[in-house]
Amino acid sequence: MTITSVASGTSGLSDVTSDDASLRRFLHGLPGVDQVGAEGRAVALATRSIKTTAKAWAIDAAIGMVDLTTLEGSDTPGKVRSLCAKAVRPDPSDPSTPPVAAVCVYPDLVATAVQALRGSTVQIASVATAFPSGRASLQTKLADVRDAVLAGATEIDMVIDRGAFLAGRYLQVFDEISAVKQACGTAHLKVILETGELVTLDSVRRASWLALLAGGDFVKTSTGKISPAATPPVALIMLQAVRDFAARTGEVRGVKLAGGIRTTKEAVRYLVMVNEVAGPRWLSPHSFRFGASTLLNDLLQQRHKLTTGAYDGSDYVSID
Amino acid sequence: MVWRHTLPSKAKVSAAKAAAKAAPVDPPARLAVRKTYKLYIGGAFPRSESGRSYPVTDAHGKLLAHAAQASRKDVRDAVSAARKAFAGWSGATAYNRGQVLYRVAEMLEGRREQFLAEVIAAETGTAADAAAQVDAAIDRWVWYAGWTDKYAQIVGGANPVAGPYFNFSLPEPSGVVGIIAPQESSLLGFVSVVAPAIAMGNTVVVIASSQRPLPAVSLAEALATSDLPGGVVNLLTGSAAELAPWLASHLDVNCLDLTGIDPADRVPLAVAAADTVKRVFAPGPIDLAADPGMSRLGAFVETKTVWHPTGV
Repeated sequence: MTITSVASGTSGLSDVTSDDASLRRFLHGLPGVDQVGAEGRAVALATRSIKTTAKAWAIDAAIGMVDLTTLEGSDTPGKVRSLCAKAVRPDPSDPSTPPVAAVCVYPDLVATAVQALRGSTVQIASVATAFPSGRASLQTKLADVRDAVLAGATEIDMVIDRGAFLAGRYLQVFDEISAVKQACGTAHLKVILETGELVTLDSVRRASWLALLAGGDFVKTSTGKISPAATPPVALIMLQAVRDFAARTGEVRGVKLAGGIRTTKEAVRYLVMVNEVAGPRWLSPHSFRFGASTLLNDLLQQRHKLTTGAYDGSDYVSID
Repeated sequence: MVWRHTLPSKAKVSAAKAAAKAAPVDPPARLAVRKTYKLYIGGAFPRSESGRSYPVTDAHGKLLAHAAQASRKDVRDAVSAARKAFAGWSGATAYNRGQVLYRVAEMLEGRREQFLAEVIAAETGTAADAAAQVDAAIDRWVWYAGWTDKYAQIVGGANPVAGPYFNFSLPEPSGVVGIIAPQESSLLGFVSVVAPAIAMGNTVVVIASSQRPLPAVSLAEALATSDLPGGVVNLLTGSAAELAPWLASHLDVNCLDLTGIDPADRVPLAVAAADTVKRVFAPGPIDLAADPGMSRLGAFVETKTVWHPTGV
C-alpha cells in the first residue's frame, strides 16, 4: 500500500497538524482498510513454517522483545522484585537465555524496579496517564507521567482518550499525546490505542497515524484489560502505519503488541508478520515489543524443548 | 486460470446411455457412513496434529478402518490436557470417582454389541472369546469403581508412634501417568491398565495397541459420555515405539506404565524416565483372565504420612 492521497512531501506532515480541520482531512484522507483483505493477509502470513534453527532464533528474538508486565491492583514490591530477577535472567538454569527488553509496572512501583534492575540492560517501562481508562484531567495525566519519569522510568506507556478519538476530536488527542511526549523528556513514549475499543480497522489506522504524528515512539495495541486485545489484522494495520510513516519521514517508530499473546506459536507468527509487512529492520527490541507475562513462560518451555529434546511442564517455570 | 473442459464424444455418450438402459443398477439403499477413528485428548476427538493416519487391518489383512497416527506433539498436547485435569479429578471425592467409573460400565453395557463386533474384528479368537473379553472388561470397570473409596481404608491407617501424635498414612494419586497399553488384548487389556490408574485419582495418557486400536477409540467415546471430566483419560493411537520415548522423557509425566512394551525394549524407556525420577511400572506378563486383584491400584499412588499433635 502506498499513500498518495495525503498531503505531498515530508514537510506536508507538519502542516496536517496545524489545526483541527487539516488533521481531520489528513486522517480521513488515509486509504480505507479492506477488512476482508487484511484478515486474509494475516491468515496467510500465519501459515509460514518456522522450524529448527529459525525457530531457535525466533524464540531468542522474541524473549528479547518481551516487556515483562505486571499490572494488577495486588502488585507488591516483592512481586516486582521477583519479576525483575526473571527479566534479567529468564531461565536461571540456562545462562545463554537473553534478558527481556523491559519490565512494565505501575508508576508507584517504578522505584522498586529501578533498584532491582540496576546494572542490567533491562528497561523500566511504566504505564501512566490514568491507565487503563485514561479518564482523568490532562493535569493529572501529566503529573502521573512526570512522577514515573522522576522515579526512573525509561519508557512510558500512555493511553489515548478513546472517547475524544471516537467523537472525532482528533486535535485534542493529538495535543494530549504531544504534551505527554514533552513530559516524558528522554523517556520513550508508547501510545496505547486500545484497539478493542476502536471498533474498525479504519479507526486503528487513523489512531496509529495520529499517535505517530504526535511523536509517539511506539504505537501499542492495548492495555490488556479489554478483550479483544492484540489480533493479527490489527497488528498488520499498525505495522503498515509505522512502515508508511518511515517511508514518509525516514523515522523508524515501533509497534508493541499487548494482551492475549500467550504461546510461542503466536509470537513467531507475529515476527513473521513484522518481517513481511514492516521489514527486517523492525525485528529488534528498539522497534518491536510484546507486552506479556505468560508468553515468556511458553517461550522458555519451547526453548527448553529445543535445547534438551524433552518436553517439560508448567512446573518448570516460575508462576509470575 | 484457464479451465479446460473435455467433452465426451457423442458416440461415447450414446454408448453409456445404452449401457445404462441394458443393465439398470440398483442404487444402494443408503450411503455407507464410515467411521473415522480419532484421538481423544482433553475431552475432544481431534485428528493427529501431524495429519497422519494408518490402515488398521483384521487378522486376515482385510482393511477395517484408518486410525489417527499420533505424533510427539499429540503426546505433548495430551500431557498438558492430563495435567490440567489432574487437580479436579484427584480432588473429587473417592465416592464420586467410583460413581463415574460405574457409569463407564453402564455405558459399555449399553453398547455391548458394538464392542463385541469390534473385538471380533480386531482379534483372532472366537466369538465366544470376544464375548468373554467384553464381559470381563465391563466387570473390571465395576471392580475398580468399587475400590475407589475402599483402597485407602485397606492400605492407609493409623500408625503407632512413640510420641504425643496421631500418625496417619494415606495413599494419594501420583499425578499424570503415561501408559503403553497391552498390544494383544484390544479392549480388556486397555481397560485393565487404564481403570486402576484413574480409579486412584491419577490422570492418564495412554497409547493404545498399535495393531488393534479401534475398540479403545470406541471406548473413549463411552468415556466421553460417562461424566468423566475431559483430560482424565487421553488416548493416542499410532506407533508405541515412536510415541513411548516422548512420554518417557516428558518432564511433566509422573509415572510410566510399560505393560505394553516388550521386556527387551523397556530399558531405554526406563533410562529416559530416570532423568526425571518417574515411577516406572514394568510388570511381567499380564494375565487378563485372572482376578485383577489390587496390585495395579498400588502402582501409581504415593503414601502421605501426617503427624498430628494429640492432647489439643
